[in-house]
Amino acid sequence: MQSLQKITSKFIPLRIENVDTDQIIPARFLKATTKEGFGKNLFRDWRYENDDETKPKADFVLNQKQYTGAILVAAKNFGCGSSREHAAWSIQDYGFKVVVSSFFADIFKNNALNNGVLPVTVTDAFLQQIFAQGPDDTLTIDLEKQTITIDKTGAAETFDINAYKKTCMLNGYDDIDYLLSMKEAIEKFEETIK
Amino acid sequence: MGNTIFDKIWDKHVVKTIEDGPSVLYIDKHFIHEVTSPQAFSGIEKRGAKLFRPKQIVATADHNVPTLHQELPIADALSRFQVDTLIDNCKKHGIELYGLGHKHQGIVHVIGPELGITQPGMTIVCGDSHTSTHGAFGSVAFGIGTSEVEMVFASQCIMQTKPKAMRINIDGELHKGVVSKDIILYIIAKISASGATGYFVEYAGSAIRALSMEARMTICNMSIEMGARGGMIAPDQTTFDYMEGRLFAPKGAEWDAKLAQWKELYTDADAKFDMEININAQDIEPMITYGTNPGMGLSVTGKVPTLESITDPTEKQNFEKAMKYMGLTPGQTLLGMPVQHVFIGSCTNSRIEDFRLVASIIKGKQKDPNVKTLVVPGSQEVAKQIKAEGLDKIFEAAGIEIRQAGCSACLGMNEDKIPAGEYCISTSNRNFEGRQGAGARTMLVSPLTAAAALLTGKISDIRTMLN
Repeated sequence: MQSLQKITSKFIPLRIENVDTDQIIPARFLKATTKEGFGKNLFRDWRYENDDETKPKADFVLNQKQYTGAILVAAKNFGCGSSREHAAWSIQDYGFKVVVSSFFADIFKNNALNNGVLPVTVTDAFLQQIFAQGPDDTLTIDLEKQTITIDKTGAAETFDINAYKKTCMLNGYDDIDYLLSMKEAIEKFEETIK
Repeated sequence: MGNTIFDKIWDKHVVKTIEDGPSVLYIDKHFIHEVTSPQAFSGIEKRGAKLFRPKQIVATADHNVPTLHQELPIADALSRFQVDTLIDNCKKHGIELYGLGHKHQGIVHVIGPELGITQPGMTIVCGDSHTSTHGAFGSVAFGIGTSEVEMVFASQCIMQTKPKAMRINIDGELHKGVVSKDIILYIIAKISASGATGYFVEYAGSAIRALSMEARMTICNMSIEMGARGGMIAPDQTTFDYMEGRLFAPKGAEWDAKLAQWKELYTDADAKFDMEININAQDIEPMITYGTNPGMGLSVTGKVPTLESITDPTEKQNFEKAMKYMGLTPGQTLLGMPVQHVFIGSCTNSRIEDFRLVASIIKGKQKDPNVKTLVVPGSQEVAKQIKAEGLDKIFEAAGIEIRQAGCSACLGMNEDKIPAGEYCISTSNRNFEGRQGAGARTMLVSPLTAAAALLTGKISDIRTMLN
């Protein structure tokens, strides 16, 4: 898993609430048997007219050239719906390292963390402050300090992440390594519940 | 202080809790399917690790399978490869597979319960958000991502933080024409598509106790649509009667021993919940969704909200986006609107009881000639029972074809899709943009309200069609 310590980047503002994982990656792209290449189909049906890559929708933010960066900022309840991890894979493959929202759906949040994409939960008021910034303004996320800062104004908030997940993200460790190291304890546990 | 049923099951399965971190939670039963498992198999192989407890895994092919001519090779090359990959992986790793053509094949959340694999007190996971369905049996069941599927492959455990506890009490008697789907659509409309995020929900109250197992599964199934990690119902005599004699249910002395344990699975009278909601069953009418998330629902006779009723600017913008996508006008009524498609199926409503409900309405009648139908049983077993009860003749006489088991138009992964701009009255669980096909306009309803639309070709109030 890729690690993340600190990032300063421009951001892409997605002012849409309840973004479900069917929008992030439509079901017809779930026929793949590998994790690679989902980025080109991220938000596919919001990005293109009639599924046609030569016809980008001008009003969709990923198609607006002035917006760039490795941070996606979305309105509340991001990643709701289907548990498909393909949503996290497509966000990562597109090049995002952080997703900021005032509220994340549970399964998406776990999936993102398991793929080295950091979900940062901010207050509604702070989210509106971010949305008020221009396309050249940057955000800084410092995982060690658990802070997110709007660099132009200096406005900052702290965000929550448990110590275990923080260590995993900072170092690029994943849960499977941890669980594989616990095998004996799990075998003993199995004896107690039989 | 007493414990909730959720606490009792969760706590029993915690192998270890990491300080300021998640718990290592032991999983009793792991269901897998073709779409969210291949990357987990390749992941575990890349690590050179072996599957830890393959006998605790059950596989089926459901999401990406055709619902006609399952006896023939799958026409779509990518889909065929994905289903074949599942077959290869199961063979290689010693996993029981109920694949296409197998008598136990079907939607994973239909076959688990009907085969008696799903049992009270278990922890159950699957790479599918509707795994909450199994909570109807008093199990702790929830959907996971593919990385977590790989964790269960590697260790039979996942790493999870314990969710908060919510109880939703529904008391009183339901009106005629109102069924369990209406209860859950009513709850989601009331608390929104994110109202239970971070919580595990227990459904309780006299209206829940009065429901069959099929009806309870419909409610637990849609827990995720309000953001809940899962939903569950304490087991009772209805649960035990449903389970007894099922293929993988315990038998003889083992049954008696298990039954004694299962009877201990209830929430203590002095247990505390982080949130509690009380609902009067008499307030619930037949429900329908009008927007692009399951929280955008109303009574079938109700009016879509007006623009003026929404004050928050982002919410207003999202509401307008949904109205445009759905082709609706704020403030309008839905009743009488023509519909082009009716889908009866999905892990929410594809069980035998759902087919009995629809059959009871359409018996001796013809479907509206303008309505196209996708009617898909949840499993081979349901399909068999439909025939055994003669329901197939009722559907056939009404001009409706019954297809073969699978997820079908619920998520539109196979060819069962709704064309852009057309309306589909659907017994499934999600009305997201493009869910049933790019541009498709989905309205979620109960099987009864779907049956009404089958006959009239319009959004109709089933209560006016009952004797």
